[in-house]
Amino acid sequence: MIDTPEKLTFHTEQLRAKARKGGATLLVSLGTCGIAAGTRPVLDQLRNEITARKADIDIVEVGCMGLCHSEPSIEVVFNGTGKSVIYGHVTGAQAGAIVETAAKGIEAVSCEILKRTWFYPEENETASKDQIQARIVLRNTGKINPEDIDQYIAMNGYQALSQALHKMTPKQVIDIVTESGLRGRGGGGFPTGKKWAFAAAQKNDQKYVVCNADEGDPGAFMDRAVLEGDPHSVLEAMAITGYAIGSNTGIIYIRAEYPLAVKRLEIAIGQAKERGLLGKKILGSSFDFDIQIKYGAGAFVCGEETALLHSIEGKRGEPTVKPPFPAVEGLWKKPTIVNNVETFANVCAIIRNGPAWFKKIGTAGSPGTKVFALAGKVKKVGLVEVPMGTTLRDIIFNVGGGIVNDRKFKAVQTGGPSGGCIKSDQLDTEIDYESLKRLGSMMGSGGMIVMDQDDCMVNIAKFFLEFTLDESCGKCTPCRVGNKRLFEMLQRICDGRGTPQLLKDLKDLCYAIKDTALCGLGQTSPNPVLSTLAQFEHEYLAHINEKRCEAGVCKELLRFEINENCVGCTMCARNCPVPCISGEVKKRHVIDQSRCIKCGVCQSVCKFHAVDRK
Amino acid sequence: MINLTINNHPVQVTEGQTVLDAAHKLGIDIPTLCHLKQFGPCAIESKTGSCRVCVVEIDGRPNLAPSCCTPATEGMKVITSSMRVINARRTMLDLLLSDHPKDCLTCEKSGDCQLQELAAKMGLHRIKYKGEMSKHDIDVSSEAIVRDPNKCIMCRRCEVACNEVQTVGVLSGIGRGFNAKVGPADMKPLSETTCTFCGRCVAACPTGALTEVDHTYKCWNAINSGKTVVVQTAPAVRVALGEEFGMEPGAITTGKMVTALRMMGFAKVFDTDFSADLTIMEETTEFIARLKEGKNLPILTSCCPGWVKFFEHQFQDLMHIPSTCKSPQQMFGAVAKTYYAKKIGVKPEDMLVVSVMPCLAKKYEAARDEFNASGSRDVDIVITTRELAAMIKEAGIAFDHLEESTYDDPLGESTGAGVIFGATGGVLEAALRTAADWVTGQDLKNIDFTAVRGLDGIKEATVKVGDLDVRAAIASGLGNARTLLNKIRKGEAQYHIIEIMACPGGCLNGGGQPYTRGDPKILEKRMEAIYRDDKNNKIRKSHENPSIKRLYAEFLGKPGSELSHKLLHTHYHGRREL
Amino acid sequence: MSCPHQSSSSKEELIKFSPQKAEELDRYLTTLPLTDDREKNRGFLIQSLHKAQEIFTYLPSVVQIHIAKRLGLHLAEVNGVISFYSYFTDTPVGKYKINICTGTACFVKGGDKLVEEFQRYLGIKLGETTPDGKYSLTSLRCVGACSMAPVVMLNERVYGKVTTKMVPEIINECK
Repeated sequence: MIDTPEKLTFHTEQLRAKARKGGATLLVSLGTCGIAAGTRPVLDQLRNEITARKADIDIVEVGCMGLCHSEPSIEVVFNGTGKSVIYGHVTGAQAGAIVETAAKGIEAVSCEILKRTWFYPEENETASKDQIQARIVLRNTGKINPEDIDQYIAMNGYQALSQALHKMTPKQVIDIVTESGLRGRGGGGFPTGKKWAFAAAQKNDQKYVVCNADEGDPGAFMDRAVLEGDPHSVLEAMAITGYAIGSNTGIIYIRAEYPLAVKRLEIAIGQAKERGLLGKKILGSSFDFDIQIKYGAGAFVCGEETALLHSIEGKRGEPTVKPPFPAVEGLWKKPTIVNNVETFANVCAIIRNGPAWFKKIGTAGSPGTKVFALAGKVKKVGLVEVPMGTTLRDIIFNVGGGIVNDRKFKAVQTGGPSGGCIKSDQLDTEIDYESLKRLGSMMGSGGMIVMDQDDCMVNIAKFFLEFTLDESCGKCTPCRVGNKRLFEMLQRICDGRGTPQLLKDLKDLCYAIKDTALCGLGQTSPNPVLSTLAQFEHEYLAHINEKRCEAGVCKELLRFEINENCVGCTMCARNCPVPCISGEVKKRHVIDQSRCIKCGVCQSVCKFHAVDRK
Repeated sequence: MINLTINNHPVQVTEGQTVLDAAHKLGIDIPTLCHLKQFGPCAIESKTGSCRVCVVEIDGRPNLAPSCCTPATEGMKVITSSMRVINARRTMLDLLLSDHPKDCLTCEKSGDCQLQELAAKMGLHRIKYKGEMSKHDIDVSSEAIVRDPNKCIMCRRCEVACNEVQTVGVLSGIGRGFNAKVGPADMKPLSETTCTFCGRCVAACPTGALTEVDHTYKCWNAINSGKTVVVQTAPAVRVALGEEFGMEPGAITTGKMVTALRMMGFAKVFDTDFSADLTIMEETTEFIARLKEGKNLPILTSCCPGWVKFFEHQFQDLMHIPSTCKSPQQMFGAVAKTYYAKKIGVKPEDMLVVSVMPCLAKKYEAARDEFNASGSRDVDIVITTRELAAMIKEAGIAFDHLEESTYDDPLGESTGAGVIFGATGGVLEAALRTAADWVTGQDLKNIDFTAVRGLDGIKEATVKVGDLDVRAAIASGLGNARTLLNKIRKGEAQYHIIEIMACPGGCLNGGGQPYTRGDPKILEKRMEAIYRDDKNNKIRKSHENPSIKRLYAEFLGKPGSELSHKLLHTHYHGRREL
Repeated sequence: MSCPHQSSSSKEELIKFSPQKAEELDRYLTTLPLTDDREKNRGFLIQSLHKAQEIFTYLPSVVQIHIAKRLGLHLAEVNGVISFYSYFTDTPVGKYKINICTGTACFVKGGDKLVEEFQRYLGIKLGETTPDGKYSLTSLRCVGACSMAPVVMLNERVYGKVTTKMVPEIINECK
């Protein structure tokens, strides 16, 4: 039981003193992506090798290092020197070599060695040229075992809470967060301190602190990585928030699709309660705080705070009109703070290091870092945490390693279904909340999808609209019917039935929806259309006027033709599923356009580049 | 007080009032659809802010705001008819219509539809955003209510009526996105649910998504069938029918209505007020007997079929306390097809009884299996006040120019006690008038039990009946009924007699009455008219109705007799709770 | 209650449906601090539905009625919630649940083509189950394994970098 600040500090120091001074420690990344990539069998092999060699090596199962592109990934820490090396795409066959070299304190040259592109501002590291990433939110993920509270405590865990409870008044806590300039990382970018102050000002015997872990943006997995890799950082921050606003109840609303994160959260809450770091009279103070988990059930709209609260209340997750804002009237009509996982994950670092430290990172208007889930047609898919103000070019071409197969970059989509597409000539924009908004996109929760020349922007807009359509709660007219009509219009354009008038109607409807929809999701739902229209209008016009899809994606506008390169090998005809290709052996073949289903098999099987896609 | 400007005109409202309220104060009519607000005792408020038709521009806000649920704040600057607002509103309406059947010409709600009205008002003559439309089965499973989800615009007003006002809870938003509609669980037919057919949802619905089952054609068919067709009219009909013909709410149209019914071809025009008096004879007898025994109290009135179905589903443990009396509608049918049929020498099966009711549940009640005392249905056809108005119009009768005439004998004679059945508290007051006389053996003069009157949802009164202090309670609206009954279930309240009506305010606000669209003044005027009609009546006690006396003398014997029980009483069935 | 067969029917019907599962669900429901306050009880609805779906694999009408009754909610409210959240289903699902990720990362890497191929191969549409009750085909939005896009989940197992050619292999692995 850790029931005083002194005991906590003593415990932290003891753990540090006990830390291994020799041998090596293997940090094995066991997030969802790592497990999916087959890390478990590799881990078994490593264990076998260590036992067989009686090597002085520890294994720590950690969360996601963010190197999703190279899973299974393993970091070897040489405890003597403190240096480390990261291997990617590790196979069971390499286990022997890794253990052997680790024991000797050298790198395994037979393995793929990955560059560490991040540094830790909290450890006063100075960044090297390659270290574009700065990890505050992800400071512990990939470094500690999320199922062992001691490892978190050894990283100064729960010290921020201890400081807040014993050295600060609730108002001072809020002032620090306000002063730090921390803004909500869930998308809107509302100043966190201001939100807390609203709730703190409410006189009520019951208030709630809610953590939004309903990460529903398709292509975003930052929050999952934090919860799987460092759950205590969120619990600790929620308790601090509770102290600041005068609440004793925390609720984590998490997607049911994240079973591993749920499991680790449950373990973390259990351990924190056991140690007295959650529960009654925390660390000898008069402050009580408990956290419970509530599950989502598959509704993107529940990322919207009023919808989320209705979902916790057991209702349909339909947003309600604001005001009243949740900070005034939220869960069960009580003042409620809703912050997302990433926002909370910043809080302890800010309390520990102060607002001035935090403001040194990032831009003046958006201090700190942002975690992005970099995915799509980029070489190194993974988690990236960069200071605000980093350019998209650095993220995509430096951290992300550029475009798959070195094809031509076309656009990057940020902000998910509420965001927009950004073109190559804007790649040098230093990103923060405002700059992204100016580009017609938004920060959103941090999904970042890279697209290349093979992606049709009209089709991408249609994809996002289809998503919104699926996920609209159906409450207000513009979102329920309006988005359906938008989708149908995009469908018509993709099918070659678009007209200039249709394009005008499309725009008008986009603006009307933005202006009238009830919640933030509805209001931003036309963004994917408007931003692609602004940046790639020529593609829309080509679909409409020339009935042509530049990227060759829109099937109805596609045409496969066999050119003079054809030697009559019959490969295409034999593979055509319809079949609609005719021709004699050793003579040029012909595609019957009326029956062609545009599957593209003929082109992919042709060895003579004789099939053109037009 | 809060000061704001709308279209640069200053206006003052109180804290908590909305931009819409402020606009109304300036005489600016902002269109609304999902918004429904009725003040006063029958308060109902639905402000989901979902239709977005009432949006306005507010200085300093990035988006348009729904005026119906945006509180007015100090210094607010509102613009209600900028190009941005006009475009947005038209687009909202365009979108709603793009997913709405275009069969206005034949729609049941045509003429009463708020969507139709808005389209006309806003000059929307072409639908720009055409596309796929929702496809749902139309629910015609019940005798009372038709649900056409294709016409649902997701305003959620019915949900508020069903869940919050009535606590019946049959309706919910089902599904999500474009396919979301309001309906019962699994979009099951209403007949398979715990729906009470009170019709509050129909009264709340702005479109044709919820309407009554139309029996006008069936009724014409009956009139022209060659059988003896008699009609009865419920108390609340006479004070509301005029509204359908442009008369002031609260106009008492009994005389014109009787003339019209006669012109339409009914053989005899009778009055449900007569059987209301009959109900009092039976129910008061039952009440006094229970009082004497001190058993099965409080007695609950059983005139309201919505209420009856509600307690059959929700209060099976209390099924021994409602009165066993049939409702006046059913008593009328039973007496018409036995006593009266015999009198005029017609076989029950050659007589058809039509009722004109302010109610949708009456359609359901008439079709309940057990109601065939004569061997033939007690009541064959039920039409609502609205349907009667439609038939009068169809028949080409100039209603407002009609001469007045009186009901036929003997089932047309009634007292002031009968007519007050149309207002909440009326049944109880009528019973007390008779009970007091019977218990004391006197002809009491002071018979205005004003404590039980008024539109409040739950009323309580202690009334002297002889030496006894009778504790009475009245609830109107099923939500209020539930509150009251829960108290009784828990033993937290002790009463001798309780009157319950499913509709807030009683039958005058029934589901079959002309639409009020939440205007509380209309209800007040109807109620005032009912008590005026009572006052105007020479006889104001049921037991003094000469035709009732004759009915007992010639046929039934005395109240509570074996024949009375056979014809005028019923029993209840437990039904599934969910 | 005067009509016992009426009032206890939700449990009895559930027992008729499946005695063991009914017990299991009831054991869970008794652990909840339910009261007379339906608004408070409602806060336990979604977790109760999760538990029920875990036990019954789907949420048939008898289960919905039983939960509604225990929590003091209306059936329509419970059904309204079930029909709102895509995680809940009121139709039986196949033994093998094939879940295709249609998140953005998977989409740009050809997730939509996988949907087409699975639909063609199994002869069912998204959201349907094969007539033999063996396979259910659904889509989900992002499992967070974007590095392996496009991704398909077969029950709990994740398949990464799936191509249309792998579709028969994946289905064959179910045998």
